[in-house]
Amino acid sequence: MSAVVESRASKRAKSVALWIATFALMLVMCLPGLWVMLSGFRPNREILAKPPVWLPEALTLDNFGKIFGWGAEQIAIPVPAYFTNSLIIALTSTLIALAIGMAGGYAFARFRFRFKGGLFLGLMLFRAVPGVALSLPVFMLWSKLGLIDTKAGLIIVYVSLNVPFTIWLIDGFFRQIPLSLSEAAQVDGCTRWQAFWKIEFPLARSGIASAGVFAFLTSWNEFALASQLTRSTDSKTLPVGLLDFTAQFTIDWAGMCAMAVIIIVPALILTFVVQKHLIAGLTFGGVKG
Amino acid sequence: MAAITLEKVVKKYGALGVVHGIDLTIAHEEFVVLVGPSGCGKSTTLRMIAGLEDITGGLVKIGGQVVNDLPPRKRNISMVFQNYALYPHMNVRDNLGFGLKIAGQSPAEISKRVGEAAEILGLTPLLDRTPAELSGGQRQRVAMGRAIVRNPDAFLFDEPLSNLDAKLRGQMRAEIKKLHQKVRTTVVYVTHDQVEAMTLADRIVVMKDGHIEQVGTPMQVFNHPATTFVATFIGSPPMNLLPATISGGAVRLADGTAVPVPDRLTGHVRDGMAVLLGIRPDDISPVGHGLSQDGPGAEVALTVDLAEPLGMESLIYTRLAGQEVQAKLYGPRIVAPGEVLTFRLALDRAHLFDAATGKTVRAL
Repeated sequence: MSAVVESRASKRAKSVALWIATFALMLVMCLPGLWVMLSGFRPNREILAKPPVWLPEALTLDNFGKIFGWGAEQIAIPVPAYFTNSLIIALTSTLIALAIGMAGGYAFARFRFRFKGGLFLGLMLFRAVPGVALSLPVFMLWSKLGLIDTKAGLIIVYVSLNVPFTIWLIDGFFRQIPLSLSEAAQVDGCTRWQAFWKIEFPLARSGIASAGVFAFLTSWNEFALASQLTRSTDSKTLPVGLLDFTAQFTIDWAGMCAMAVIIIVPALILTFVVQKHLIAGLTFGGVKG
Repeated sequence: MAAITLEKVVKKYGALGVVHGIDLTIAHEEFVVLVGPSGCGKSTTLRMIAGLEDITGGLVKIGGQVVNDLPPRKRNISMVFQNYALYPHMNVRDNLGFGLKIAGQSPAEISKRVGEAAEILGLTPLLDRTPAELSGGQRQRVAMGRAIVRNPDAFLFDEPLSNLDAKLRGQMRAEIKKLHQKVRTTVVYVTHDQVEAMTLADRIVVMKDGHIEQVGTPMQVFNHPATTFVATFIGSPPMNLLPATISGGAVRLADGTAVPVPDRLTGHVRDGMAVLLGIRPDDISPVGHGLSQDGPGAEVALTVDLAEPLGMESLIYTRLAGQEVQAKLYGPRIVAPGEVLTFRLALDRAHLFDAATGKTVRAL
C-alpha cells in the first residue's frame, strides 16, 4: 500500500519538476521577446532606470507615435517606408519562391529525369551555405548589375535563399500523395494540369503553406545580407532600419523596441493564422492518410 | 459498344521488356480477368489500356478506335485502383460526381446520376462522409461508384480487393459480379488471386513474364491447362506434376511405376517421350474416398506423410515416385501418418505435358 502511495508521490514530484523545468526553459526563450515587446510601450527613462522597473506603471503608445510621426515629438526614421519595403520584398520573394518550389518539388516528386539525384543534392548543399558567406560576391555582382539598393536585388537574393528549402519541403508533401490520385483524376476526365490543381494541390496545401511561412519569415527577419545590399528608403527593410536608432553616442531603446514590435507582430500573426496548416504540415510525415 | 483489342502490344522500360507483344480481344460486355504472379505484366497491360502507361509497340483499340496516343480522359473508361484512390479532401458525393463535374454536366444531372449510383451500391447514407470516415469495404464501393457513375465504355479494375480481409473480399467479389450483371459493360479485371479469376471471369487470361500463357473460360483453363504454369497456377492446391517417360504405351514414372496413357491422349504421345504427368489432388484419392471413381484409373499403394483435416475433406501429403504429392480424401475419416492406403489416380482427368516445353501434349 505504502509503495503505491510512494510511487504516486514520486510521480507527482516528477511532474512538478517537469513543469518547473518547462517553465524555466520557456522563460529563457520568451523573456527577451516579452521584454522587447514591453519596452516598446514604455518611455526611455523607465527602460534605462536603475534599478530596473520590472512592472511598468503605465503603458504608452508614444514610441509608436514618434516613429510613425503621429505625436508632437518625431524622429527622422522613415519606418512606414521600411515597413512597406519589408512587406513588398518578403511577400514577393515568398510568392516567387513558392511558385518555383511547387514546380520544382512536383518535378522532383513525380518525374524521372537525368541528374535528378545530383540536382537535389546540389540544392541541399546550397542550403547548407550560410547566406552571409555569399555577401561579398553578391555585393560585387549586384553593384555591377545596378541592383544595389533596389527591392528587386533583395527579392532575387531571398528567392535564391528560399527556393532550396521550399523545393525540399514541397517535394516531401507531393511524395506523400499517392500517384494513383492524380491517375484517377485523369481517368475521371482531367488533364494533368487539372489533376494537379484539383487534387494534388489541395492535398499539399498544408505543406505549401508551411513552406510559405518559412520563406516569408526568412525574408522578413533577414538582416545580414539586407544590411549590405540596401542603402536608402528605396529598399531598406525593417531589421536594417533598426540600426537607425543607434547614433554615435546614444541608442534610442524605446524607439528601437517599438520598431521591434512592428517586426515581430506581423510574423506572430501570420504564424498564428496558419498554425493549423503549419502543425499539419510539420507532422505530415508521421500520419499516413 | 466497346470491345477492347490488343494487337502485338509491347511495353519496355528502357531495355527492360515487361510485356512482349500480346494479342487479346475482349468482346463488348465481356468480363475478362488478367491473372498471373507479380511482375507478369498484367497491371502494366491494364494501365496501357487506361492510358496511364505509354505503349512501346503495337496497337490498343477501344470500340474499334486506336487509342495509343489518346490521354486517359479521352478513352471513356473508368478505373478502380488497388488503393481505391478516393480524393481525401472530398466527401463521397463529390468523389462520385467529380468526373461528371469535370465533364461539365449540370448540377441537377450530377445529383441525379450520383444518386442512382449511390442507390445501386448502397452508398446513399454515406454521401456526406469523407473517405477517412469509411471502412475498407465502403471505400471499395465508393471507388466502384465513381467508376459506374460516368457510364463508361469499359471498367478497368486493378487488384481492387487485395487490400481487404478475406471475408470482405468474398463479399465484394460477389458485389462486383452482381454489379456487372446489372450494368452490362466491358470489364478488364487484374488480380493475382486465382479464386477471383475463376469466380468472376467470363474468360481468364493467364499471364507469365509478359506473355499470355492461355486464354479461356474458367472451366477451360481449369480442365485443360495449356502449360504446366497454368496447371499449377489455377487450382488450389496446385496440380501435382510428376516426371515420366512414355514407354510401351504407358507412362513410366521415375521409380518405374507405370500407369496407362489416358485413352484420349494415346494418339498424341510416342515412345521415349519425356513428359510430366499432371494430376490434381482431387484426382488422387484413397479408394472409396474420391469424388467419382468410375472412370479409368490406376491404383497405387502409398504411405501417408501428413494429413490436414479440413472438415469435409482432408488434404494428404504422400510420396509418389520419390516426389511429394498432394491427394484429397473426401468424407470424414482420421488418417494417421505412416498409414499405407491404396490411392486411385483418376486417369481420365490426368494431363500430360511435354517435359521440354511445358506445353500440354493434348491438342485442345
